[in-house]
Amino acid sequence: MEKERQLLVVFPHPDDEAFGVSGTIATHINNGTPVTYACLTLGEMGRNMGDPPFCNRETLPLIRKQELQDSANIIGIKDLRMLGYRDKTIEFEDEEKLINHMGSLIDELNPSLIISFYPGYAVHPDHDATGRAVVKAVERLPKEKRPKLHLVAFSNNCIDELGEPDIRHDVSAVMDTKIAAIKAHRSQTQLMATEMEEKLKVNDPDMIAWLQNERFWTYSIKN
Amino acid sequence: MEPVIPEKVQAELDRFANQDVFLHLETTNGAYAAHKDQSFFNSGAYIRNALIQYELGKVTGIGPYRIGLKLNIGWVYAEGITHFEVDDQERLLLAGHDYQGKLAVALQISKTPF
Ligand SMILES: [Zn+2]
Repeated sequence: MEKERQLLVVFPHPDDEAFGVSGTIATHINNGTPVTYACLTLGEMGRNMGDPPFCNRETLPLIRKQELQDSANIIGIKDLRMLGYRDKTIEFEDEEKLINHMGSLIDELNPSLIISFYPGYAVHPDHDATGRAVVKAVERLPKEKRPKLHLVAFSNNCIDELGEPDIRHDVSAVMDTKIAAIKAHRSQTQLMATEMEEKLKVNDPDMIAWLQNERFWTYSIKN
Repeated sequence: MEPVIPEKVQAELDRFANQDVFLHLETTNGAYAAHKDQSFFNSGAYIRNALIQYELGKVTGIGPYRIGLKLNIGWVYAEGITHFEVDDQERLLLAGHDYQGKLAVALQISKTPF
């Protein structure tokens, strides 16, 4: 992974940074690349409340905010921005306002690389709406100022329609960091983390491959 | 939250009757349900801070429970309620958790906006 001038990561939910991309982010940080993570919501509408439940609809945002800060600390992210939108509402915001918000972050940080979701191929409506706003903000920049866009897709049709991802990072060197970041989102990952660790104990090849490989599609802007 | 004790929940419903209250009502099966199982029909709805007044509120069933609020000109209804809590702001929080412990339905009543 080459050293970047600045990496900007934009996702709507606490824990989006942990699953598919925390190994990549941690590697950039180890390379000395400054990283900003802009997280649009606090995952207020999450369904996981812990088992047995240790939070409720009203306390969940506070708990997830703390989990997000913990995860960012583990990965080594120094600049965490919580943008104050509400979970499950991103697609209903004024899109122009959202694009301008993304544009102002890009103006301020001047990133050479942005990591976000691939609009239309990221399953959750918040993911698609976030990715769309990021792409549109980048499209509005003059050609020579546009950062690279490495986007995450995981819909069932993503390989059929987008082809194989053109970027694969082997993040085995920072695996412990990645697992710790996933586990930091305790309210959301408690159950799956137990299963994950059991599979890792017996060297389950699918689980290892899933954790080790982070995949991105480069988004190319026409004209 | 603790498992519903119908008598306690009924007393709370009575406490909020016949006055302006703010309602949070939600059903959800999560944004990933149809991604994981393509035969699954995804649906859900929520309303936050609806200002209502109800004349009669009841908890019924043998668990999971049903809640009905009779308004002057309408109704509020939720089913699948398993847990409740009165939080430090005296708000009544009712929730239904599915067999994996995930939130499936929520009905919350407060004298101030959520
Ligand atoms: Zn997400």
